[in-house]
Amino acid sequence: MKSTAHLFTEQARAALADDSLQAALRRAKSGFIDKRAAAIAAFPDFDGLRERGRRIKDHTLAHLDHYLERFADAVEACGGHVHWARDADEARRAVLDICQRAQARSVIKGKTMVGEEIGINGALEQAGLEVVETDLGEYIIQLAKEPPSHIIAPAVHKTRAQICQLFAEHHGSTAALREAPELVAEARAILREKFLAADVGITGGNFLVAETGTVVLVTNEGNGDLSLTLPRVHIVLAGIEKLVPTLDDAATMVRLLARSATGQEISTYTTFVTGPRRANEPEGPDEYHVVLLDNGRARMLADEFREMLRCIRCGACLNHCPVYSAIGGHAYGWVYPGPMGSVLTPQFIGLDGTKDLPNACTLNGRCQDVCPVKIPLPGLLRRLRDLQFERRIIRGPQRWALRLWGWVARRPRLYHRLTALAARFAPRGAARRLPLDPGWTRSRDFPLPKGRTFKSAWQERQRQENGHG
Amino acid sequence: MSVNTGGPRVGLFVTCLVDLLRPNVGFAAVKLLEDAGCRVEVPGGLTCCGQPAYNSGDLTDARALAKQTIQALESCDYVVLPSGSCAGMLRLYPELFAAEPAWQSRAQQLAERSYELTSFLVDVLHWDAVEAEFPASATYHDACSGLRQLGVKRQPRQLLDKVSGLELREMRDTEVCCGFGGTFCVKYPDISTRMVDDKIANIAETGAQAVLAGELGCLLNIAGRLRRQGSPVRAYHVAEVLAGMTDDGIGGEEA
Ligand code: SF4
Repeated sequence: MKSTAHLFTEQARAALADDSLQAALRRAKSGFIDKRAAAIAAFPDFDGLRERGRRIKDHTLAHLDHYLERFADAVEACGGHVHWARDADEARRAVLDICQRAQARSVIKGKTMVGEEIGINGALEQAGLEVVETDLGEYIIQLAKEPPSHIIAPAVHKTRAQICQLFAEHHGSTAALREAPELVAEARAILREKFLAADVGITGGNFLVAETGTVVLVTNEGNGDLSLTLPRVHIVLAGIEKLVPTLDDAATMVRLLARSATGQEISTYTTFVTGPRRANEPEGPDEYHVVLLDNGRARMLADEFREMLRCIRCGACLNHCPVYSAIGGHAYGWVYPGPMGSVLTPQFIGLDGTKDLPNACTLNGRCQDVCPVKIPLPGLLRRLRDLQFERRIIRGPQRWALRLWGWVARRPRLYHRLTALAARFAPRGAARRLPLDPGWTRSRDFPLPKGRTFKSAWQERQRQENGHG
Repeated sequence: MSVNTGGPRVGLFVTCLVDLLRPNVGFAAVKLLEDAGCRVEVPGGLTCCGQPAYNSGDLTDARALAKQTIQALESCDYVVLPSGSCAGMLRLYPELFAAEPAWQSRAQQLAERSYELTSFLVDVLHWDAVEAEFPASATYHDACSGLRQLGVKRQPRQLLDKVSGLELREMRDTEVCCGFGGTFCVKYPDISTRMVDDKIANIAETGAQAVLAGELGCLLNIAGRLRRQGSPVRAYHVAEVLAGMTDDGIGGEEA
């Protein structure tokens, strides 16, 4: 996917002015937040569970090479194949090779963010394969030719009216406004056909279990299960950070994930996939592949962004981010939006084209509070700001204003003289316009100083008290 | 001068925004601390805690300002700030000096003695003998740093409960950011405006006559937007209400 993160400001402005997007976002936001809150209130010690989740991930990351090897051995022992991809290109080629060797013509996909990260759909289509998304949200945005705007609810930015319109265009059904169940039934009927005809099924993997080589897949529509049981070939696409040591650990993570993502105790379908179909099994693929993607993750493992690799892609940080809820996911311009995306995108595509992402955040800290694996997202965003400043990616007036202010603030006598002057000569009341103001007074008055600074008034009060004392 | 000569020596750090834009908050803090039995000092040599530099990646200036602040406040028993985010900044100073152990331990000592005003009064002094009157309804906005970094939530409410005439009406999403975010509000004014509009809608929904908070930055943002919309809702720092030192609110005309 080509990034438009460098157009963040314009995209955010357009999003704020888009009424149907705003309607969709408002509806989604309270739904996610309330459901999560209820699920967590019903769990005796959610913070303890978060702490366990954090430890499991930290431990795995500290010994990632070991667990990756164990996982790969276990997958091969069950008759599956593991492919290591250093970057997006290698991952695309691995998938294409598998499809071509299997002489596949059609591919069905369950939801995979790694698939978005490497742009797998485009690559397969270019090679002449038909690709059909089977997650309803993904299917909707595939019809709309749009990228996902949320990591667990890819079409959350679409209103029901827009979906009816899309279905009418593509299915030839009525464009009248219809209820959700009817739309789901219509999509299901069409997808059924595709499921049955597909040669290859591609899914993501929520957790990869090192001890057994099991891939844990979490969905609410069962499309993941169909994608892996019906086609001849099943390919799992996953980042190397998805490892957990044991099945027990996977269970802990699933409990965290479902509650944080959708406020469920457990997702409707939680599937454990271990290798291709065995002789005595009625269903399952003949061929089974796991493509493990690095794409910068190993580098993060070694640097100060390691904690970000704990992320289990639950989307809670998006749902609770007031900036995300105001502008939606597309404004961020690449695969991963919201707080987690603002940390990840610069890792994957560089600091230069992503200048706004770490800055478009008030550091309010709500994301960190809800993150099931306690990732210090604001701290990581702040660290990215340090790097931007260090590498002079932040330049021009912004940099000079900051340095000048710092220079004055480091000279208390000068500082207090200047502020006293400003207070004395500023007009009274509140300003509707300020000189050199990049943005405050467009929508807000600026309350002006009232004749004296605290410092000068205090000094005078001290003098008077001492004089009388 | 106060008669409470036996109380703790408290260094009041009047934050840069309060110093320049709302000195009344500083005087209200002095009054509250003196009422609570403290000997209040306002040390010289202070300007700003360095938060804008720290949050913008300018660590050189952030460290220099941290050192300046540490030196100015080293002799106080406690350091109190009428701002959760600035108190939070002082608590973060040790992180700035990973490469300078001597400064790190000085920063650590300061961090351990630094408090946000309402939390200092309630949690450290166990004082809530507020004597003030505010005959109006008000709603309280939980500013982010105070809330999440320092756990300031119950303390201002416990104190406001003692203000006679005040009726506190909680608003929806009181813990959601108002869109100030330091330099955020000038770098991304459109997003910031949308966030403050949400906040103001929640304030309006309570029907309260005033909005209070413990963070002047947020209050400037909220008050600035209220004024622009011609709203009659007034904005005050919580210290002003607790000290009984209210005028016509932040951004108002009264001098
Ligand atoms: S950063 Fe945390 S809250 Fe956000 S998606 Fe990842 S795990 Fe979920």
